[in-house]
Amino acid sequence: MDSLSGLALGFGNAFSLVNLAWALLGCFLGTAVGVLPGIGPALTIALLLPITFSVNATGAFILFCGVFYGAMYGGSTTSILLNTPGESGSIITALEGAKMARNGRAGPALATSAIGSFVAGTVGTLGIAFLGPVIVEWALVLGPAEYFTLMVLCFVTVSAVLGSSALRGLTSLFFGLLLGLVGIDLQTGQPRLTFGVPELLDGVNVVLVAVALFAVGEALYMAWHHHAGKQEVLEVGRLMLSKEDLKRSFWPWIRGAGLGFPFGVLPAGGTEMPTMLSYYAERKLVDPKYAPEFGTTGAIEGVAGPEAANNAAAAGILVPMLTLGIPTSATAAIMLSAFQSYGINPGPLLFTQQAELVWTLIASLFIANVMLVVLNLPLVGLWVRILKIPVPQLYAGILVFATIGTYGISNSVIDLVILYALGVVAMFMRRFDFPVAPVVIGMILGPMAEQALRQALTISQGDWTVFVTRPGSALILGLALVALVGPKLYGAWTARRA
Amino acid sequence: MKPGAAPDLAVGLGVVVLGILAAWLTWVIPVTPVYAVVGPKLVPAVIAAALVVLGLMLTVAALRGGWSADLPEVAEAGPPNLLALAWLGGGMLLNLVLIEPLGFSIAAAIQFVCTARAFGSTSMLRDAAIALAVSLAAFFLFVEALGVNIGAGLLEGAILRLLGQEVP
Repeated sequence: MDSLSGLALGFGNAFSLVNLAWALLGCFLGTAVGVLPGIGPALTIALLLPITFSVNATGAFILFCGVFYGAMYGGSTTSILLNTPGESGSIITALEGAKMARNGRAGPALATSAIGSFVAGTVGTLGIAFLGPVIVEWALVLGPAEYFTLMVLCFVTVSAVLGSSALRGLTSLFFGLLLGLVGIDLQTGQPRLTFGVPELLDGVNVVLVAVALFAVGEALYMAWHHHAGKQEVLEVGRLMLSKEDLKRSFWPWIRGAGLGFPFGVLPAGGTEMPTMLSYYAERKLVDPKYAPEFGTTGAIEGVAGPEAANNAAAAGILVPMLTLGIPTSATAAIMLSAFQSYGINPGPLLFTQQAELVWTLIASLFIANVMLVVLNLPLVGLWVRILKIPVPQLYAGILVFATIGTYGISNSVIDLVILYALGVVAMFMRRFDFPVAPVVIGMILGPMAEQALRQALTISQGDWTVFVTRPGSALILGLALVALVGPKLYGAWTARRA
Repeated sequence: MKPGAAPDLAVGLGVVVLGILAAWLTWVIPVTPVYAVVGPKLVPAVIAAALVVLGLMLTVAALRGGWSADLPEVAEAGPPNLLALAWLGGGMLLNLVLIEPLGFSIAAAIQFVCTARAFGSTSMLRDAAIALAVSLAAFFLFVEALGVNIGAGLLEGAILRLLGQEVP
């Protein structure tokens, strides 16, 4: 199915009352969790996973994607009004945005980030709609050997390239891979790493791990470093963008969207890298008249560009997830496990076997974008009130939801013990600067990689050279190697020249 | 060794221990007579080996001065707030012990009060009121909307009976 007829089909379904309601609920929830410091889309979607038992796949994914997009919008509100970025992608927004807010320009900062998010979200979703089918065509020729190497590439980029240290990122990844092994080996039927505990035969639940890493660990870490003191929420003021603001924001939106989307599609940069690049680009390209505003009173270009880049990258992340079944962020990994619980395997066949689901989802993303602008601008007062929830009750509430989300899986206290134990591990990971996203990705992608490895070796009749003799997999493996050692070599090379 | 690198050393050694544990767990995976190109032990063995190597590299990094003491977040942080951690941990333990005998809402409410206390809330009574509202709302949200079965405890059962519904 080509993109246009796909979109026509998708919009036809997405405009049903039920699907619109799911999108609205998702956008609302997503914005709320994006605004609240301490919780993000990965945790929220993990807690919502039980609905996969009672709601059809289309509704559930519209909800999840609404949460995913909404959190990107909401995160910027927190960065601007509180100067504490909720997501890694809005760290850069806080740089200029909080300065604008401190100088009485919070309104225009919020407006430019919401409209920028809309522009970029729309560009990004168009990207999904038109690039998706093209990638699918390509992906259909990929065999298990290429899949395995693609997953290896994904492992390398999410752990070794992103983040501050390849060593610590890889340690997180392998910890996640280890967690993914727990349970019965699907091919040989042997129990692995279960300590003889029957509850562990089904494996460690993703919800449990996500909740432990993103909620319990976070709460423990915050308590460890808690000191009395109140955070101040800055005033919003008038939301209108002046003509000048609009003119100054327009090109940064477009450039940010253009920078962000490819980074999201390639499993290469998450959202940190494109937002940073966009910030530096805007700083360079800014009209000299406004250049002094950067870093002092806050320049609107420095909010518009990175915020657009953030949203476009988030949209881009859905491309490898939907077309290849490869998640490149923790949130995408949890969505992938939702697909698995429906018995759907995301990958090239998704676009043909589940065409209706895919296109309804994409159409809903367009609708969600419109809903989010409306939710975020006129309703900004509501989100400011949410921001004012005091920290003690906020974290207490997060833990209540974490507990019920975990206890609900199997009503077993053992799950809660594992939850809290992993939470303590996550607290130390935070303290020692180990990223947590590779744990989730490793845990979900690990078993898939093992399966691809086995299939590839079965086809090649046990010949391990298949990964380097097939041109596609050799190329991908080469890329992974470059991603792994390239930055180190480049660093050594520049150090020698200096 | 630099002062402040000792915790990093512990982390490095901890990862080595995790790797060794993984290797032992791999060792005890029963082998099947079923033929498989990649048996059940291969991937776990690779992961265990990688964890040992990564742990050793972290240990070396710690011996060379460590990494975490220089992080701005760690350097700027005040002394650890052990009292807050104790309240939070206590809330978790109480929850573990009470959730089966008393049911979710009461156990979660107690945990809520302890957690809020950890983060410096002073009014326990008000927290308890909020806690019961939040945990009951969470309970009914999960049970009714998400269809998750969490056995009703004392409080949930009483409310369901009040509403004239059957207690699951």
